[in-house]
This record gives sequence, structure tokens and C-alpha cells, in this order.
Amino acid sequence: MATGTEVGSYEGAEDSELVRAMCTGSEDAFCALVRRHQPSLWRLARVYTRNDGLADEVVQETWLCLLSAMESFAHRSSVKTWICGILINVARARMRKEQRTVPMSALEPGVTEVDDGPAVDPSRFLPEDHHWGGNWAAPPTAFPGPETVLLTTELRRVLLEHIERLVEAQREVLVLRDVEGFSAEEVCATLGLSEANQRVLLHRARAKMRTSLERHFAEAVPS
Amino acid sequence: MSLPKHLDISCKELVELVSDYLSGPMTAAHRQKIERHLLLCDPCNVYVAQIRQTIRLTHELREPPRAQPMPEGLLAEFRARVGRKNP
Repeated sequence: MATGTEVGSYEGAEDSELVRAMCTGSEDAFCALVRRHQPSLWRLARVYTRNDGLADEVVQETWLCLLSAMESFAHRSSVKTWICGILINVARARMRKEQRTVPMSALEPGVTEVDDGPAVDPSRFLPEDHHWGGNWAAPPTAFPGPETVLLTTELRRVLLEHIERLVEAQREVLVLRDVEGFSAEEVCATLGLSEANQRVLLHRARAKMRTSLERHFAEAVPS
Repeated sequence: MSLPKHLDISCKELVELVSDYLSGPMTAAHRQKIERHLLLCDPCNVYVAQIRQTIRLTHELREPPRAQPMPEGLLAEFRARVGRKNP
């Protein structure tokens, strides 16, 4: 009898194999699938809920939805895309209930909330009519320390804080692409975005994060 | 030192292209323009390095997987559903 803690023969199995085995009643397969995806699902839930307890609930509900839906899963998309798609719907629905207002991204998925800002504050470049127009006026200051800045506890907190401040559409893409390592195709499939839209969202999110880090390091320097 | 204006793209244009440059897709022609600019423009090299570091740090937010117990009640739920199917 499965105890839920055994590694079992499903540890190295493909996701699609696990789902098929689950449909025939395999508890080991289910446990393997949950253990494999739980951490990233939780991180993704946290992007929407901004709260640990709610994230727990969203993930739990996601698994329950999956159990209801698993037999009708057609294996046309990847299992990862499918599970994340369920989670995102659950998370958005839950946050609508929590907030009692409908966020714009829920009305029209894929449409960015108004945020057409360029990657860098335009005042940091010389104006177009200048001889060197379009070149840096206030160039970026390199991040301090060695080439490879270390992810300290402090820096982790700063990054997470700034991720939370991104508009939801940008947050979703950044987390899926740069935290979870989804490919562009997987992100487009999961979020229902065009390739062009996904690229713009990623670009803007990364630019904002860079600006936040630049500010953070600048403020940290003792004057 | 920044670039003379007559070079293919300005710094202001380049910063809008860095994400595509690093993660693709990007045409060979655009890539060449950017690389020519980067050969001569220190501030833009700093900017590209910063975006690279930002991406790397963001990726490191992902903690390594560790053994986790099954969330409570999930296995019971699974068993109940299997049981309902095969009474």
C-alpha cells in the first residue's frame, strides 16, 4: 500500500506517464507528480495571492481540480502547461473573490494593464535634437562587487518584493520564464498569449527588475 | 564613452532590444547591429550585463527541490475518487 513517502519506480517517469498511471489508480504516480510540481506551483500561486496561506489553498484546489479533470486530459499540451493553466484559473478566480473587484487581466486575458513605459527612463538619454541624441546621458552604474552578484537573503527579499509590484501580466511571464524556466512556447500556451505579446511583457518586466536592482544598489552605497 | 550618432542604433534603441538579444528570437542582422554597438559603447555593455545578472538572480529565486511530504488530505482524496470509480 502506498504510504505517500516512497520514491518508487515513478521518480524518473515522464509527466504524461504519471497521469496515465494515475488514471488507472496508481497512488505512487500521483505522489510522484505532486512532489515534482508542488514547489513551482506554490511559487506561481504566490505570484497571484501575495500571501502564503492563500497560496497553499490555491495549490490544494488546483490538485483537486486536476483529479477531477485527469481522465479527460487529452495529452495535446504538456502536463506542465495543463497543470499551470488550471492553477492560474483557480488563482485568478480566488483572487477575484478575495478582492471583490475584477482585475482587468481577468476580463481580457493577455491584454496588459496600461503600462507602456520604455525600458529605461527617457531622461537618462540625450534628447533627439542633441548631436549625440539617443546616447546615454546618465549611464547605468554597474552593480557592485564581483561579476556574479550573489543572491543573499536580503537580495532575495528585494527581488520578490519587486516582482510583486509588477503588473500581473508582466509578473506572470517573468515568473514562468525567468524563475520557472518555461520556454516561450510553453508560456504562450499556458497564458494564452501571442508570441509578440509574451516578448513585450518579458522585456518590460526584466527592464523594471533591472531598474529596481540599480536603485537598490545605489541606495545601499553609504554616502 | 558613448557612440557617435551615425552608428546603426542608438543606446536608447538598444535598451529596448536587449531582452530579445539575450533570449531570442532575433535576426542575424539585428544581432550584428547590437554587437557592433556593444564593441564601442561601455554604458550599453554595463546595461546588457545588468539585464543578464537580473535574469540570473531571478532564476536563482527557484530553490532546489527538496523532499516534501504529500499535502494533507490529497492522497485521501485520490483514494476516494479511485474508490468511487472501482467500488
